[in-house]
Amino acid sequence: MKARRLAAERRGLTAIDGVIALIVLLLVVQMWLLTATLETVLAGHAEAALPAAIVSGVLLLSAAGLALFVRRIDRDARA
Amino acid sequence: MSAQKPERGPLWREELPVNAGDERYVNRRQFAKFLVLTSLAMFVGNAWIFLKSRFTKVPRLPAVPVAGIDEVAIGGVKIFNYPGPEDACLLIRKGPAEWVAFSQKCTHLSCAVYFAKEANRIECPCHEGFFSARDGRVLAGPPQRPLPRILVESRGGQLFATGISLDPEA
Repeated sequence: MKARRLAAERRGLTAIDGVIALIVLLLVVQMWLLTATLETVLAGHAEAALPAAIVSGVLLLSAAGLALFVRRIDRDARA
Repeated sequence: MSAQKPERGPLWREELPVNAGDERYVNRRQFAKFLVLTSLAMFVGNAWIFLKSRFTKVPRLPAVPVAGIDEVAIGGVKIFNYPGPEDACLLIRKGPAEWVAFSQKCTHLSCAVYFAKEANRIECPCHEGFFSARDGRVLAGPPQRPLPRILVESRGGQLFATGISLDPEA
């Protein structure tokens, strides 16, 4: 019984690690987007700011969704 | 009547009540939460850039005399300040009736740039950033943005700076 619980916990941890790696990937893209947008706007191309803000919002929602998924895995693995 | 003491575990369990397995989960959950908050900060930054670019009005700059038409020799340079007294700019005479002017502040880390006549380009000595002397475009080096171009007009034997353009194609 205990061995099964430990195996379930380990599987849960592996899944959470994978999801966290995905969130980190999204965050790196968002950081690049922020610096690229700043450079572009400072170069006089303000029209790039709106699409960049929308894409950044989509990335934020994706990261938040993945974080909720982490919570669900956590709850299920320890149930 | 004797009062019964509740059964207690070892002292270390009272002081360290979190299981190691549970703690691993909590650490990962908190880290995921921290990552999402960082992502929120990135979004706020992007939204701020959008709002600032949307609602900031470009000020109309005054026309300021910077040099007489024959004051600078062909291939020569004059340094003047525009639009403020602290904003150094380069005026370059390219031909008998051809002048270009750029901000003297490098767009990388704000070092003072200079006109390299033999290479016909503007150079930043700090990190070897090279800009085109024709339109201020970046030719090589770490700068990501072109040099702001000062608009120059000739009026009655005098050159006037009339504005700033950030777009080299404008």
